[in-house]
Amino acid sequence: MDAINSSSARKDNLAMIIFVAVVLTAPLWGKLIGAGYPDLLQKFAIFGLFAIGFNLLFGLTGYLSFGHAVFLGVGSYTAAWSFKLLSMNPIPAVIFALLLSGLFAAAIGYVSLKRTGIYFAILTLAFAQMGYNLAYSVLTPITNGETGLRVLRSDPRIIDSAFGVQIEGSPIGSFFGIEMTGYSGFYFCAAMLIVGFYVALRVFRSPFGMKLVAIKSNQTRMEYTGYNPKPYLLTVFIISGMYAGLAGALMVIVDPLAGAERMQWTASGEVVLMTILGGVGTLVGPLLGAAVIKYFENIFSAINETVLQATFDFLPAGLQNFMVAVVHPFVGEGWHLTLGVLFMIVIIFMPGGIMEGIRRLTNWVRRRKE
Amino acid sequence: MSDNDDSYILEIIGVNKTFGGLKALSNINLKVKEGSTHAIIGPNGAGKSTLLNTCIAKLVPDSGSIIFAGRDLAHGITPHGINQIGVSRVFQTPEIFPKLSLLHNVMIPAFAKRDGFFRFNLFKWLRDEKKLKDEAMSYLDNLGLSDSAEVHAGSLSRGDKRRLELAMCLIQHPKLLLLDEPTAGMARHDTNRTIELLKDIREDGMTRIIIEHDMHVVFSLADRISVLAQGAIIAEDEPEAIKGHPGVREAYLGSAEI
Ligand SMILES: Nc1ncnc2c1ncn2[C@@H]1O[C@H](COP(=O)(O)OP(=O)(O)OP(=O)(O)O)[C@@H](O)[C@H]1O
Ligand SMILES: [Mg+2]
Repeated sequence: MDAINSSSARKDNLAMIIFVAVVLTAPLWGKLIGAGYPDLLQKFAIFGLFAIGFNLLFGLTGYLSFGHAVFLGVGSYTAAWSFKLLSMNPIPAVIFALLLSGLFAAAIGYVSLKRTGIYFAILTLAFAQMGYNLAYSVLTPITNGETGLRVLRSDPRIIDSAFGVQIEGSPIGSFFGIEMTGYSGFYFCAAMLIVGFYVALRVFRSPFGMKLVAIKSNQTRMEYTGYNPKPYLLTVFIISGMYAGLAGALMVIVDPLAGAERMQWTASGEVVLMTILGGVGTLVGPLLGAAVIKYFENIFSAINETVLQATFDFLPAGLQNFMVAVVHPFVGEGWHLTLGVLFMIVIIFMPGGIMEGIRRLTNWVRRRKE
Repeated sequence: MSDNDDSYILEIIGVNKTFGGLKALSNINLKVKEGSTHAIIGPNGAGKSTLLNTCIAKLVPDSGSIIFAGRDLAHGITPHGINQIGVSRVFQTPEIFPKLSLLHNVMIPAFAKRDGFFRFNLFKWLRDEKKLKDEAMSYLDNLGLSDSAEVHAGSLSRGDKRRLELAMCLIQHPKLLLLDEPTAGMARHDTNRTIELLKDIREDGMTRIIIEHDMHVVFSLADRISVLAQGAIIAEDEPEAIKGHPGVREAYLGSAEI
């Protein structure tokens, strides 16, 4: 399917309405699938944004960045500093995180986009690892190194103190008096997700987006057709980096702590998995991929040996121990093994990810009706 | 005919190109009159495509210059820069956007013509670009491709890909159109159709350089013919004269009937 289909205004509006409804009712349907915790729903929204933004670059242009987590880190540190220096209000935190991650993306993108394919991926990875190591070592005054950057009660917060805002207990993001924890924290993230999704939809449906897909399809033809692909690629790289920065900021907004591990290559790899699992180059796929991964992470990583023992209690003792030994590596800390298996199954049987699965299913249902 | 310098839109002056030890182009001199159709013929490996490559900054010649509209295309200009000053090319192996629909394939060059090499039109809806879409449809129609406007270009036959690429070039109204075997891989019927189309658009004053092995196409369209063999121009004249040129018969046509 053409990633840029000439979808009608009616279809797009309908899609947007459904999307908003699904996001806003998440606490309700979340309960049905055992995901009715604000913490988990916040993760859906935050990683959903991260993946949607990543897909704008990877899905539309085919440029695979393997270092997008660096922007997540930049967004987090910026938001934490905004909390420390200015105000516990998430709005300035979001704005500064967008600006700074955009700036970093401009610099990193400018250099990395000098190469394509695997070399581009390696360059972005190198930058991200540099960022990670800098955050751990030289930049300790800014990042607080290994401990991570905390927001303290004694921080200056000049805007808050000018308005006489007092903080009791440990500082928590506060949207004009609404504390950014629990469901109110989720709804703030949800609002950002809706805006982010709408912007992505506009990119997909714009002449700009069509040109990005054309670059993916045949970059040489683009050049001999009168386009300079570089500014297009750099622009979408920056936009994509800003999504990651926003996601990073939201992490701090719902939990005021920023650590360097957010920039590690595993985090960069995770967003690649989310996007591919959901469906590269589709609008909602990456969001689904993010939600599925976070959902299963939540379930599988919570299972420990005691739980397993209880689950297989009905078996004879020998068999019970055997089953526990077999299953144990796939749960708890080892849940990544499960993720690996899940990922392999999806990629082998549905290279187009979850979205392809959904498409096949609807086609099948339609055929059965006829 | 007056040999007024101003009437030449393209002047290739002393162009040389070697690949390793192979002399692909040796001292090529060629002048093309504005609004004319200039054919380049010659056996396989003569250097015809290489010559066009030097005109669009795909290759940099070892020496010589290529003057178009007061600019030297051989030096200090990018491929997109050359397109923006009015040069479009149909390649020997079709260069299209296989993953996009035919309609979008033709809309993209139209955008390049309208908006230049970069435009941040993220806040526009593609579906609102009605004028551009209609224009693209009319070009697809001209080439008999409008029925498959929504089809992926990658699924077309070789001949259809070539016609699509021609539509992509024509919608840009280039001053100079470079055609590298535009009818290769086409059925006779489509070849004739393409010839008719190329005859029609001649009224625009568009200058064409056409490389072709099909002599029927060459003699239907060309005002002047250059014969290239082993990297050198061995003859240049009007079609009638080329037909009878003994050296040409030997180098290229052999004993074949024209
Ligand atoms: N990029 C390149 N690198 C090395 N050699 C090349 C390159 N491009 C062309 N050549 C060689 O230069 C010679 C001329 O090639 P060219 O493609 O220009 O021939 P042509 O006249 O277009 O032939 P045909 O009719 O088969 O298309 C050939 O021997 C070819 O192998
Ligand atoms: Mg050739």
